[in-house]
Amino acid sequence: MRDRIVAFLVLLPSLVAVGIFVYGFIGQNLWVSLTDWGKNPAQALALRPELHFVGLENYRELFTGFVDVRFRQSVVNLIFFTLFFMGGSLGLGLLLAMALDRGPKGEGLFRTVFLFPMALSFVVTGTIWRWLLQPQGGINVLPTLFGLPPFHFPWLTTRQQTWVFDWNQLPFYTALAVGLTLLYVAWKAHQEGERKRLFWSLLSSGVLLVWAFTLGRTTHLLPYPEPHGFSLALVGVILAAVWQMSGYTMALYLAGLRGIPVEVLEAAKVDGASEWQTYRHVILPLLAPITLSAMIVLGHIALKIFDLIFAMAGLDYAPTDVPAIYMYLLAFRGNQFAKGAAIGILLLLLVALVVIPYLVSQLRKEVRR
Amino acid sequence: MRKWLLAIGVALGLSALAQTGKLEIFSWWAGDEGPALEALIRLYKQKYPGVEVINATVTGGAGVNAKAVLKTRMLGGDPPDTFQVHAGQELIGTWVVADRMEDLTSLFRQEGWLQAFPKGLIDLLSYKRGIWSVPVNIHRSNVMWYIPAKLKEWGVTPPKTWAEFLATCQTLKRKGLEAPLALGENWTQQHLWESVALATLGADGWNNLWSGKLKFTDPKAVAVWETFGKVLDCANKDAAGLSWQQAVDRVVQGKAAFNIMGDWAAGYMSTTLKLKPGVDFAWAPSPGTQGVFMMLSDSFGLPKGAKNRQNAINWLKLVGSKEGQDTFNPLKGSISARLDSDPAKYNAYGQSAMKDWKSNRIVGSLVHGAVAPESFMSQFGTVMEIFLQTKSPQAAANAAQAIANQVGLGR
Repeated sequence: MRDRIVAFLVLLPSLVAVGIFVYGFIGQNLWVSLTDWGKNPAQALALRPELHFVGLENYRELFTGFVDVRFRQSVVNLIFFTLFFMGGSLGLGLLLAMALDRGPKGEGLFRTVFLFPMALSFVVTGTIWRWLLQPQGGINVLPTLFGLPPFHFPWLTTRQQTWVFDWNQLPFYTALAVGLTLLYVAWKAHQEGERKRLFWSLLSSGVLLVWAFTLGRTTHLLPYPEPHGFSLALVGVILAAVWQMSGYTMALYLAGLRGIPVEVLEAAKVDGASEWQTYRHVILPLLAPITLSAMIVLGHIALKIFDLIFAMAGLDYAPTDVPAIYMYLLAFRGNQFAKGAAIGILLLLLVALVVIPYLVSQLRKEVRR
Repeated sequence: MRKWLLAIGVALGLSALAQTGKLEIFSWWAGDEGPALEALIRLYKQKYPGVEVINATVTGGAGVNAKAVLKTRMLGGDPPDTFQVHAGQELIGTWVVADRMEDLTSLFRQEGWLQAFPKGLIDLLSYKRGIWSVPVNIHRSNVMWYIPAKLKEWGVTPPKTWAEFLATCQTLKRKGLEAPLALGENWTQQHLWESVALATLGADGWNNLWSGKLKFTDPKAVAVWETFGKVLDCANKDAAGLSWQQAVDRVVQGKAAFNIMGDWAAGYMSTTLKLKPGVDFAWAPSPGTQGVFMMLSDSFGLPKGAKNRQNAINWLKLVGSKEGQDTFNPLKGSISARLDSDPAKYNAYGQSAMKDWKSNRIVGSLVHGAVAPESFMSQFGTVMEIFLQTKSPQAAANAAQAIANQVGLGR
């Protein structure tokens, strides 16, 4: 009992501090996002601003308002950035780790070299890569070293987009994606013989897919078509981000590879598994928990990305916009504090979507132990 | 007798007290612009040696970072004693309407500034019968820069209208110049836009746009975007990756013929690149804007609740004085806002700008905070992005009008 009291007293200061400075301010931010702070310039920067409750108006404007087209492009950018950044870092990190795991000469040196970029701040990385990606220099003149003609891709300054879709089809695509995911869950449940889970996931996926193909096709967020797509200007940003973080995933994977018991590998060899089969059926499944942790870390870095893009393309360049940048522009340049707060809440939800399932599964594991 | 002495002693003590204490000056002048501010502060220290001056600068061109810091400080109830702000709506639309500034009309009367500054400038500083900041310098936005020797080589003259400009552009393209107009990142494109708009709408039309009398969706205003689109066809395609200095470099190196930029470009070319104004490089009002001076100005205001109010007022007096302005501006590369400043202290470009400042019609710049509040200005970048992405004048005009309605422009 005394131990408990002491433990509680020791924890109390940090509990209070976290309660106020994290959860208190999240709560305040949520409240601000539901007000009209910034709509009336006389109140925006008054000493004691008068705020009025407007419900979800700010969120509605962000997703369907005429002038917030830039926010929608920034969300699309963020999704593509996150996918490619995570994929690139994981893939490259795994390859590097597998190469180093074979113990080449100078392994220690290479490990340091690959890990080094992680020690830089994103601002430094961004500045260096902005120079490298200048249309008339850096990467583009690289082929001339081998007597080839230079590239002409304008990297960060292109306005080209690919995979363009109409924002109005977002409900359809969202329902389709979630429905298919649920279908996959149902199939898994079927394999594992869990009838209850099979039933529910099959039912909800069915409802979603039916909705998607009937009402979903005619639900329109905007009265006019609004094209959004993957901005090719992001390719350069993704390159820089992958360059910076793949060393980190390499270190994680290398630790994972070294942690695989030799007996397991030898058993696989005895069973006559080829090198590829060993990787496919023994090593990669054993690395799955590491992949998951890496995905969480990379995922939340990607969702919060601001400084790298700030340094590489600046705040005003819409093709490389992400929500964090648009939030800064709205709140601190345009005095639209409520709308900025709304974007902040949306970003928090996105990060929570990535982190919470992970935390839950971790907690469960600990309880099981 | 002793009472008298005591009274005199107290009075002396009080006046001495007024000249001690601190003065915190908040600005974004560092780097190239730092020496000009330091000279002004030195002058202040000569006059009020007992005051400790705190020079609080937050770097970042045009105050992009400083403004965010200032906002958090003001919201937290911790205003600096005086802060730098672009004169006009950037001050009024953000701080005056929120009732955070003191009216300086009596200071203007007392110092005779109502006569010393031109009326067009006083109008831009005024709102609801008050005058809200003291301008320290004047820059001009609508200037076209070129290298005379290069133009001679190509056999063209500086165009007087945008129609002439487009014709000249075609001539130059035929001579193998890929992009006759040098352009930089987003804000420099908006800067070009305001010169095109001023030429297309005229000074009255331009003012009507900001008072809400002329809609962005009016055919006249849509025509601005049409001309702007044609002008963009003459510009380099990698604009988004260039700073304004790099765009000026293109002209200096002969890769482009013209650049539209504010007259800080004169400072860059004469001080940094060591070119001689009027000989190595030359200038003209941007096409179609002869006789109009599109100005922007840095100014200092007095926030309510300043901790050292009297010291701040003394600072404002110095900032508005002839001595203060003629100390600051030759170093900053701008001109004095006063009509009575000494031309001998300025270089060839400054002298020519001073002549125009006295004789031209004065209008305010959009990009540099004079005519529209920040709530509009910050989203105008989005309008520009919509235009660059869609190339549709109507779409850009619709977006601009939607934002104008949203922020209540001209109300």
